[in-house]
Amino acid sequence: MTQRSRNFLLLAPAGAWFLVMLVIPLTVVLIFSFGERGAAGGYVPAFTLEQYANLPARWAAFKNTLILAPAGTLASLLIAYPLAYYLAVRADPRWKTALLVLVIVPFWTSILIRSYAWIFLLGGRGIPALLAAIGIEDVRLINTPFAVLIGIVYGYLPLMVFPIFVNLDRLDKRLLEASSDLGASPWRTFLQVTLPMSLPGIATGCLLVFILLMGEFLIPAILGGGKVFFVGNALVDLFLQSRNWAYGSAVAATLVILMLVSVTAYMRLIRRLGAQREDVALM
Amino acid sequence: MTNDTDYISKRKFMEELYRYRRGSVTRRHFLGVTGLGTATAVLAAAVPGLRPRPAFAAGDIGDRVVLATWPNYHDPANFEAFTAATGAAVDVNVFGSNEEMLAKLQAGGSGWDVFVPTNYTITTYVGEGLIEPLDAARMANYDPAAFDARFAGPGNVDGTLYAVSKNWGTTGYAINISKNDNVTPTTWKEFWDMTMDSFSGRTMVHDYQLTTIGNALKYFGYSFNSVDPKELADAEKLLLDAKPHLFAINSDYQPSMRSGDAWMTMCWTGDGKQMNRDMPEIVYVLGKEGGELWSDFYAIPKGAPHLDAAYALIDFMLTPEVNAKEALFHGYPVADSRVNALLPAEVLNDPILYPAAELLDALEFGAAATLTDPNRAELLARFKSA
Repeated sequence: MTQRSRNFLLLAPAGAWFLVMLVIPLTVVLIFSFGERGAAGGYVPAFTLEQYANLPARWAAFKNTLILAPAGTLASLLIAYPLAYYLAVRADPRWKTALLVLVIVPFWTSILIRSYAWIFLLGGRGIPALLAAIGIEDVRLINTPFAVLIGIVYGYLPLMVFPIFVNLDRLDKRLLEASSDLGASPWRTFLQVTLPMSLPGIATGCLLVFILLMGEFLIPAILGGGKVFFVGNALVDLFLQSRNWAYGSAVAATLVILMLVSVTAYMRLIRRLGAQREDVALM
Repeated sequence: MTNDTDYISKRKFMEELYRYRRGSVTRRHFLGVTGLGTATAVLAAAVPGLRPRPAFAAGDIGDRVVLATWPNYHDPANFEAFTAATGAAVDVNVFGSNEEMLAKLQAGGSGWDVFVPTNYTITTYVGEGLIEPLDAARMANYDPAAFDARFAGPGNVDGTLYAVSKNWGTTGYAINISKNDNVTPTTWKEFWDMTMDSFSGRTMVHDYQLTTIGNALKYFGYSFNSVDPKELADAEKLLLDAKPHLFAINSDYQPSMRSGDAWMTMCWTGDGKQMNRDMPEIVYVLGKEGGELWSDFYAIPKGAPHLDAAYALIDFMLTPEVNAKEALFHGYPVADSRVNALLPAEVLNDPILYPAAELLDALEFGAAATLTDPNRAELLARFKSA
């Protein structure tokens, strides 16, 4: 067996996986996106750009996604970073594992169930009732964009916590001591040592959460009361309600392209930031 | 009803068995009325004979049957009885809309044996070749003469039976009148006006174009089924004006109504009955302007994997005693006169289930063209994403 055919054999499983899981479904979506809706719904083969010309009709859904996905990512980061920092740097090593498990445990239950739990917490008999008891009346939380944001942060927290934790956990603590010995305030040590060192973790966490948020539909449907409409929700409706598969495919293809563009831009930005950091380190 | 003579009927036996299992009768009562106290020795041999209707239990129908249906629409005890009688477990898939059901069947490989389409979808299923013609001979409990043609009629397409009547009902709205000085509104105009005023942030509409757009059209007195561009534009303006005042766009409204987060919601008969039964301050209103009248059916999709079990399940559910239990459980009226004969008078006189004639006459059946109209689908998408 030649080296070449051996390489081919070794790559075959991965190649087959890519073909079945990625190439074929995406090709189907692309083909459908140039078709037409059947009279009773579904897909009729055709070659038309009509579906793409109709994209502005879903502009609101794209806009909502493009606002809430970065906002949700940022909110997750702001909540997750202190938690990851505490777990990695401050927590008593004896408790570290137990605390980490506590972060993972909610992941063992379906996101659907956990989101439903939030319906009760945010509904009139939950947090608003507690607030009313201390004199803050008529707070409405459920079915608002804020409720969706809470659901997003809650649902995706572990995905943000873990990459940052792993990064901070490997942080050489002697660097912090050195910084402190050289007279830097704790805040300055954090900004100039800890934060730059944890950038790769932040970048990974943000990427994971952002990509998943771009396709999110469950949390807005459950905690947004159907009033907060993401591209994911538009897709569910197009495929399951109006059964306009051709148009749904065009929206899906556009979403994929949008993701590719934003993720590529994001990676470039991160690489440039990384390069700058090395420059700083060399100086 | 046959063979109810000098010994306990097979069906009666099953009923007693279930009452016993649920703990509503004592073991002694159970053994007494069934005669099992003296006949336990022959029980094992008699088991196949205990099945309530040999007509549908004949032969082995397999160990499961898959049913696609709507929320809060069956008495689970009836499914247990079916399983006990036939050995086939009922695997229930719950759906939120007819479109979703149609989409699943169009996509293929649904794995369903029985589904519950609404009147206006049946011609579409027939046109798409997704529905199996029914063989009435395989449903001993199906008696066409017993059904009210107004509700059972859509099950026949061009003289072929495709679906048998399950229930019918109306689409009105439920309102918690304790939030409205105990005043009960009577029109769709009030529904929308209150939503944008005293009930702001407390109203729910269905996540369903047929009813949400249809009932917005009723505000202007237009047809529930209108596809006229000008009339739809009026409805769209109303929906967009109302949207900031809505609590939610969701067809699962019972939890929010019961918790008090929502005070008013578009509502189907049975949900209205179920909420009113537990919370009398939630009343069910049919708008004077009209609205929707509908009927649901049992049908078998093309390529059902357990065809024998599908027929057996439909036949079982059509058994008047079983169907009466269903109606008492879910609160949707039945078009089968044999079932109505078994229902207590207070159910038959219940204005939620059987509305006054003048309210009923103002209602319209949804049309197939309404459901599949692409403009209405796009209107709802604009409303939801606004």
